[in-house]
Amino acid sequence: MIGLEHYLIVAAILFTIGVLGIFINRRNVIVILMSIELILLAVNINFVAFSVFQHNLVGQVFTMLILTVAAAEAAIGLAILVVYFRNRGNIAVEDANMMKG
Amino acid sequence: MDNLHSLMIVLPEVSLAALGLLLLLVGLVNRSNTTHVVSALTVLSFIITAATLISPHRLSFLMGGTAPVFAFGTMFVDDTLARFIKLLILAASALSVFLSGGYLENHKIARPEYPVLILFATLGMMLMVSASDMIALYVGLELQSLALYVLAAFQRDDAKSSESGLKYFVLGALSSGLLLYGISLLYGYAGTTDFVKLSFVFKDAAPHTIGLTIGLVFVTAALAFKVSAVPFHMWTPDVYEGAPTPVAAFFASAPKMAALVLFLRLLREPFMPLAMEWQQIVVFIAVASMLLGSFAGLAQKSVKRLMAYSSIANVGYALSALAIMNKDGLSAMLIYLAIYFVNTLGAFGVIISLRKQGQQVEAIEDFAGIAKKNPLLALAMTVFMFSLAGVPPLAGFFGKYFIFLAAVKAGMVPLAVIAVVTSVVAAFYYLRLIKVMYFDESKQIIDACPCFGVRATVTLAALYMIIFTVWPQPIIDGAIAAISGFIRG
Repeated sequence: MIGLEHYLIVAAILFTIGVLGIFINRRNVIVILMSIELILLAVNINFVAFSVFQHNLVGQVFTMLILTVAAAEAAIGLAILVVYFRNRGNIAVEDANMMKG
Repeated sequence: MDNLHSLMIVLPEVSLAALGLLLLLVGLVNRSNTTHVVSALTVLSFIITAATLISPHRLSFLMGGTAPVFAFGTMFVDDTLARFIKLLILAASALSVFLSGGYLENHKIARPEYPVLILFATLGMMLMVSASDMIALYVGLELQSLALYVLAAFQRDDAKSSESGLKYFVLGALSSGLLLYGISLLYGYAGTTDFVKLSFVFKDAAPHTIGLTIGLVFVTAALAFKVSAVPFHMWTPDVYEGAPTPVAAFFASAPKMAALVLFLRLLREPFMPLAMEWQQIVVFIAVASMLLGSFAGLAQKSVKRLMAYSSIANVGYALSALAIMNKDGLSAMLIYLAIYFVNTLGAFGVIISLRKQGQQVEAIEDFAGIAKKNPLLALAMTVFMFSLAGVPPLAGFFGKYFIFLAAVKAGMVPLAVIAVVTSVVAAFYYLRLIKVMYFDESKQIIDACPCFGVRATVTLAALYMIIFTVWPQPIIDGAIAAISGFIRG
């Protein structure tokens, strides 16, 4: 029987992969965008699982909004990435160091 | 009938959204020279929104306007705190639009989308500070953030600007992810996303449920990210340096206030029963921000990075007021914000108006000797720097004074001591800039931009710093009224 905890564990694993993907990845900004999507989808799994197991619809409504915002976010992220690529000629993460931070 | 009532409550936001869409159309009419028109209309929209916000007609509809009123179920709340901070946000956004005109033209990025993006970011902030449900909070925060990502990368042909936009986007999206994960755990624990219901659930909660604690930590961390508090500050200096200067000025003013007030509402309403858990986190990030902002600022050579570290330190002061969490502390925080945003916009205004051979001035050493050629500008910068440093007669002193006083009264003496010490350390870099302006020999010719908007903003901001000293009552009374209406409700 698959219970709530299984969903939560899957979501936690996906979330961790997403966060690690942002910090460990040194090669490609596209991978970072994919990691961000992964984080948002992990959150969605959490919300839907909680929503179903508590018989409460709010979580699913929230999921719909997250999906919508994630689409807008991806569009803007890709647009900024295109601008960045035009200026720099590559999208390597380790080259994004014009300013020291 | 209920929806009509709700619409009346969100009327300022609805009118701002409608005006924003209209302005997008105006921007399309004649692309060559519409930026001026759209900028002016944007400022007009902010004025209309502010007038709607505090119009006696609407307030009488809301039964006097002192008790909080909810719209759309409990998604949206209109109370004294929200109204006060919305006025400040609208003022900060309008001043930012004023500041941008000359800079945009000089850099050939004068497009009508710019003021419209500021308008939509402002709309997002207004929703944030009125959110009374996690869903509304998230949507408002994203509306603001998405517009800000684009603004940071607005100078499309500049590698630094697009890099700062990219960094801001990645870290901002990460912090939204953390926020959502935290919210999902809180939802799983409490079964609701409504602030009022959450606070009831937390009141009865066993204090150390692991899911609850993790959720709380995630949400706090994400908000610390948004207000750029240490240890989540690393994006701030890079974004401020790379983004166009008026955009950096905007970042340092309105979004900071909105995020801090959102933080306030979240900690005070749903999380108040958990005060024991979050108070130490907030004190820690406040102290860390003050320390890092003051000490790291000492080593900076770029004036925009300097302002970034200064804003980190200032967020630290505001957060220490937040950590006190009583009436005194919270109204001190509002007073502080009301002073700080004008102060920082004025300082950025001076930075924007200085140019060497048509280029923007970036390094602190470029300020050398501007007092001889532009005495008024140097005088204005001196006022802003003294005020940021907290030198007594100016407004900035009072902002810090009320916070220190509230901290000592609440028995948090170590916090007050750290705040005073870091403020003395930070005074060093503010005063160094004054020293460079007045006593160093200039090596190159620095011109001041003749732009009307920037001059008007700088003059207004400098006057505000001085007038506050003799006539602080409107701001202080407003802040106290805002907090007493909020806490009672």
